[in-house]
Amino acid sequence: MSHSIVIGTETEFGIASLHDADFKPVLASTHVVNAEVAGRNPIRWSFEEESPGLDLRGYGTEESYPFDLESGLVSTVLTNGARFYVDHAHPEYSSPETTNPYDAALYDKVGESIVHRAAVRAAELFGVGDYRIHKNNSDGHSNSYGWHENYLVDRSIPFDAIVDHLTGFLVSRVIIAGAGKVGSENDRPRVDYQISQRADFIEERVGLETTLKRPIINTRDEPHADPLKYRRLHIIVGDATLSEVQTFLKVGTVSLFLAALSEDALGEPLVLEDPVAALRTFSNDPMLDAKVALADGRHMTAVEMQRHYYARLQTFHHRAGLHPSFVDLLKRWDAVLRDLAKDPMLTADRLDWTAKLALLNSYRKRESLAWNHPKIALIALQYHDVDPRRSLFRKLVRAQRMQRLFTDEQVAAACVEPPDDTRAFFRGECVRLFGDSIVAANWDSLVFETGADNLWRVPMMEPLRGTRDHVGEVLEQSESPAELIETLGDIGDRS
Amino acid sequence: MTDREHQQKKQSDGAETQDDVQPAAQGQEVTDQIDDLLEEIDSVLEENAEEFVKNYVQKGGE
Repeated sequence: MSHSIVIGTETEFGIASLHDADFKPVLASTHVVNAEVAGRNPIRWSFEEESPGLDLRGYGTEESYPFDLESGLVSTVLTNGARFYVDHAHPEYSSPETTNPYDAALYDKVGESIVHRAAVRAAELFGVGDYRIHKNNSDGHSNSYGWHENYLVDRSIPFDAIVDHLTGFLVSRVIIAGAGKVGSENDRPRVDYQISQRADFIEERVGLETTLKRPIINTRDEPHADPLKYRRLHIIVGDATLSEVQTFLKVGTVSLFLAALSEDALGEPLVLEDPVAALRTFSNDPMLDAKVALADGRHMTAVEMQRHYYARLQTFHHRAGLHPSFVDLLKRWDAVLRDLAKDPMLTADRLDWTAKLALLNSYRKRESLAWNHPKIALIALQYHDVDPRRSLFRKLVRAQRMQRLFTDEQVAAACVEPPDDTRAFFRGECVRLFGDSIVAANWDSLVFETGADNLWRVPMMEPLRGTRDHVGEVLEQSESPAELIETLGDIGDRS
Repeated sequence: MTDREHQQKKQSDGAETQDDVQPAAQGQEVTDQIDDLLEEIDSVLEENAEEFVKNYVQKGGE
């Protein structure tokens, strides 16, 4: 059986100014996004098909989630198929749709280059400067902003089954998904260092909110695709990660998990007695010794839980027709879990939380610094700077102390080229070829001005159509949007 | 975790096998190797750490 996997990630970047006491983050984010679109048609985002208030559980209403229309005012679509915009007070990059964890990790990574490039342009064009942009999830002052992962799932899988199985998985995944954080926030008990940036802010098991009472599993039911066939599973519990291997592990394990769930191949779920408390227990234990209670009376460590899932998915993988990257995924997942069980610091070449901890321990040792010293907080923060000259993560990469999955050339190419095998190909190529004629865009449609009386809306309700195989030739041969739409109409009639 | 805590973890691990000794040494090695990098990192760190982290206040998002 083949599995239709569609993955996309969203990153809200922290933004600050070094010297401006009167810094306005919304304005700064606006400058950054405007710099990206300077000199070309900005392409308005259309909210026509969006309904973020709908709830996967079926009982939500549009009113239950007041949608901030302002966030759509500064927004654009990139030639790689991504959306780049201002969300609240942050620049946000939403990756194009991808079909496998390699591509998902790559297109997550390029968001860092895109926002950095835009900030450099903003300084040139608008004379604004000294912005510091970080790919992180908390400011150390109890404010959090998100990194969200999205998976298209078949609507025939009951939502309750997703919650029952996935909760324990996501809670224990923190040991391979955390970016590491100094201290605690949000009135939690004091700790020196913890694995997750987000655990202090997660307060519910399941829910619709993303800014208050944040849940482990979000119930927003907004598939950006045929709603009769699909859900979009929206997960907000994870940290943004700089490590390519780690992003690959984060999204790859969930994709494989969902594929196994769709075939009922997971057996009985590991049900945690208190998932929210368990997440904090695991996050607060970099030694990985802590056990949490399961509803059946057992107690397990995070590594033991992940081992359980690994065994199930290893078996499942043998009988599933999956993308070759999943073979690599299982190998790397196994190796990371083995190393975490032996000595967590062995993973400092692959996981942000251990890489950062190793760096901080070296500094603490050399300068005899306490955990609450400002320099420790600064190092932990600057690890996440997207500027390659300042990024401490990049320092580790350049010193060949972090494993990579991608070359600089691959990252540069993916900043401008879309993935071949989803509708992001059509979206991105249309922006490249006919950007001046696109009046509005969103995940599932493009609206063209063709010179005729009416605007033309091209729906893209199937995320796996609009690929290079499907429309590559037509795009190459069309000399105008009108010609493109005419040919697409013919294809539509035939299929 | 500090180095001392780290050693304690290893020592308190009753069921430690011969295999475990080598990786623990490797973990220490990772930390030692990073020391070489610290000077380079010093040269790019923001100048006034205290002020920078104090003023680094973000609005919530999502």
